[in-house]
Amino acid sequence: METLQFLMEGFAVALTPTNLMLALCGAFLGTLIGALPGLGPANGVAILIPLAFTLGLPPESAMILLTSVYAGAMYGGRISSILLNIPGDEPAMMTCLDGYPMAKNGKAAEALAVSAIASFIGGLIGTLGLILLAPVLARFALTFGPAEYFALFVLAFATLGGITGKNPMKTVVAATLGIMISTVGIDISTGTQRYTFGVLELYEGIDFILAIVGLFAISELLLFIEERAGKGRALIQVGKLKLSMKDIYSILPTTFRGGILGFVAGVLPGAGASLGSFISYTLEKKVLGKKGRFGEGDMRGVAAPEAGNNGASSGALVPMLTLGVPGSGTTAVLLAMLISLNITPGPLMFTQNADIVWGVIAALLIGNLLLLVLNIPMIGVFVKVLSVPPMYLLPMVTMIAFVGIYSISHSTFDLYFMVAFGVAGYILRKLEMPLVPIILGMLLGPEMEKNLGHAMIISDGDWGILWGTPLAVGLWLVAGLGLILPYLIGPILRHRMRNAIKEDAVSD
Amino acid sequence: MKFKQSLSLLAAAAFSVSAMAWEPSGRVECIAPADPGGGWDFTCRSVGNVLEELGMVTGSVQTTNMAGAGGGVAFAHTISKRNSDDKLLVAASTATTTRLAQQQFPGMNAGMVKWVGALGADYGIIAVSQDSDYENLNDLMDAVKADPRSVKFAGGSANGGWDHLKVLIAAKAAGAGSLPSIPYLSYNNGGEAMTQVIGGHVDAFTGDISEATGFIDSGDLRVLAVLAEDRLPGKFSEIPTAREQGIDALGPNWRGFYMPADADDEAKEYWVNAIDELYASDEWKAVMTRNGLIPFHPPADEFEAFVTQQVADIETLSREIGLLR
Repeated sequence: METLQFLMEGFAVALTPTNLMLALCGAFLGTLIGALPGLGPANGVAILIPLAFTLGLPPESAMILLTSVYAGAMYGGRISSILLNIPGDEPAMMTCLDGYPMAKNGKAAEALAVSAIASFIGGLIGTLGLILLAPVLARFALTFGPAEYFALFVLAFATLGGITGKNPMKTVVAATLGIMISTVGIDISTGTQRYTFGVLELYEGIDFILAIVGLFAISELLLFIEERAGKGRALIQVGKLKLSMKDIYSILPTTFRGGILGFVAGVLPGAGASLGSFISYTLEKKVLGKKGRFGEGDMRGVAAPEAGNNGASSGALVPMLTLGVPGSGTTAVLLAMLISLNITPGPLMFTQNADIVWGVIAALLIGNLLLLVLNIPMIGVFVKVLSVPPMYLLPMVTMIAFVGIYSISHSTFDLYFMVAFGVAGYILRKLEMPLVPIILGMLLGPEMEKNLGHAMIISDGDWGILWGTPLAVGLWLVAGLGLILPYLIGPILRHRMRNAIKEDAVSD
Repeated sequence: MKFKQSLSLLAAAAFSVSAMAWEPSGRVECIAPADPGGGWDFTCRSVGNVLEELGMVTGSVQTTNMAGAGGGVAFAHTISKRNSDDKLLVAASTATTTRLAQQQFPGMNAGMVKWVGALGADYGIIAVSQDSDYENLNDLMDAVKADPRSVKFAGGSANGGWDHLKVLIAAKAAGAGSLPSIPYLSYNNGGEAMTQVIGGHVDAFTGDISEATGFIDSGDLRVLAVLAEDRLPGKFSEIPTAREQGIDALGPNWRGFYMPADADDEAKEYWVNAIDELYASDEWKAVMTRNGLIPFHPPADEFEAFVTQQVADIETLSREIGLLR
């Protein structure tokens, strides 16, 4: 009941005209970003962070804007999957399998509508899960001492590659890079400066917002300049929508299963939305067996992964809000934003920043509704945007990035630094180095170091404290599994995913 | 010729009038050496508002945020680029003096700027969890004296920062030896440190009273002592001071300003008096109660000496714990 009261207060925050406008803008921009192939949700949120600073938004409004973008990107990813057979982002990969065949059969409008409804239900289930689970986990977080936190961060790093990650070595290198960057600045446990070389601007360390915007947004621009992909894509015809209530009923069981599975996958650190959509699709295929025509344009094959990835996107917020450990790449970017707004995620946030937490959760519920409305009647707009040449979009992105970063600190040094990160991001992307682990390294590295130091001070140097409680031992076990499992299951899963896509290509 | 002469006379007259009572004309700038939202930002913005309300400035007071190096970027900027600016104030606090004392602004010291005045403070506290065995500050300090490693402190500043120093100030006043071996765990902010103390992972919390208000109200945190000269006003009057427990420890985290050292003498005098006048105003008192600031205002002519003394004290302490060599 207490939760319900908080939720009502959250609605009071989210329903103010400004915040409602921001949620709408965020949902719209997010769908757009999700729809554009190549620009994933992590990039999308990263690109819009400077916008929040440019507008000088208060913390709750900034977070509402960004979480709406996040939810929107999850919706948007499906559009290009269905229409172009190119996933707009990684989690939308599985939507290609049945979405594109549907579009080829002249049922593009139906595929888009079904996937929007599935996304809505998945998102709703995920958000409800978040509402129920987060406060419980937040109270539980009080039992986390330095040793438990250290084990938790090890777990986060261990599961970083994720089950769907491609090259574990590159993930390790990227995370190490992130941790190395995070060591610049004052070392809070000794009070000494590290790697600052007497440059005053480095004394407080390297701002991760600056790194994120540089790595994601600026490198995107550089890649664009290189490719000169000035032309838009050919417009796809979307026919008139013919969807009966019976069709909607037929996808409901699939959608509920997908949403719940997706939520569970999202809560696990490191797994994220891609896993959510993958397991919902494969499970549905198993459950329905011969009754389904998966891969040939089955509606349920569109509904399952969409419900899964939207459920997962809310699930991934649970560990981020309660423990400060992001459940996915995009939540890592959101975490960076929270920290730079001077808000510490964790149990305290639910009491001291209740307006922000519950405002964001309420905004997720409202955002889902807005997105459903946006995505059924207005789908034509997004389809048109897919054919807008990026030469008009990217300069805007660049401008927002520069203005936003400058408005944080009023320092030209930061602008140069952001450009340097952009160039580095460009080189890393050329080397096919994943960027999200860098951000995670920057965020979690100092925390891990700090908690190890604290555990040592408390135990007077006895390493045994690190596995001294059942909770810590449990976390170590999960971390161990997270490290080993990808080597056992990963190849099988990836093989299956690839096969599923190949089969689809053959059936063309 | 005559016309020109009278013009210059007029100019001289105007000059002498302004020399009698310098007043800022046009825009006044206040640098907050941190991102928006923190204490320094608050100091600049609220003082700016009250100055405008009281009509003490003709133009507006504009707050500029200049983050970096815990105030070091703004300090360097003031000295190197704005050293004779008459209309520049920079927000400062105990964090500034701590960094100056520990030579964390390379090549710079407290004497390179003019210290204008303080307008209130937040006082240090030492607190434990509600179910802790320590009932008062003497219990806690006796334990520290018996075995310096037996009590673990958590705070929101870096090692050697203000929260850490408050523990050392209290321990030193209580007569504890081997200050460097008192364990201090630094967290990103006071809130994080308090959760660890309440969760039973660390023994005691060191911080400022304003950040602990929530947990004091909820009953999770028991404040053993406030490091102030007298008991604090209002709802904090229940909390005993360290002094009344026989431990002479003071830890005010003051909020105030410095300005460029080469600014016009009249301008400096104007600002010192302006801060005095502002501090006495009802408008400022309202700001203080609204934001939990506690009265703290050394007389105008003593503030410079107060800052010098604080820097010297912190320097000595930092040497004792081996942070400075």
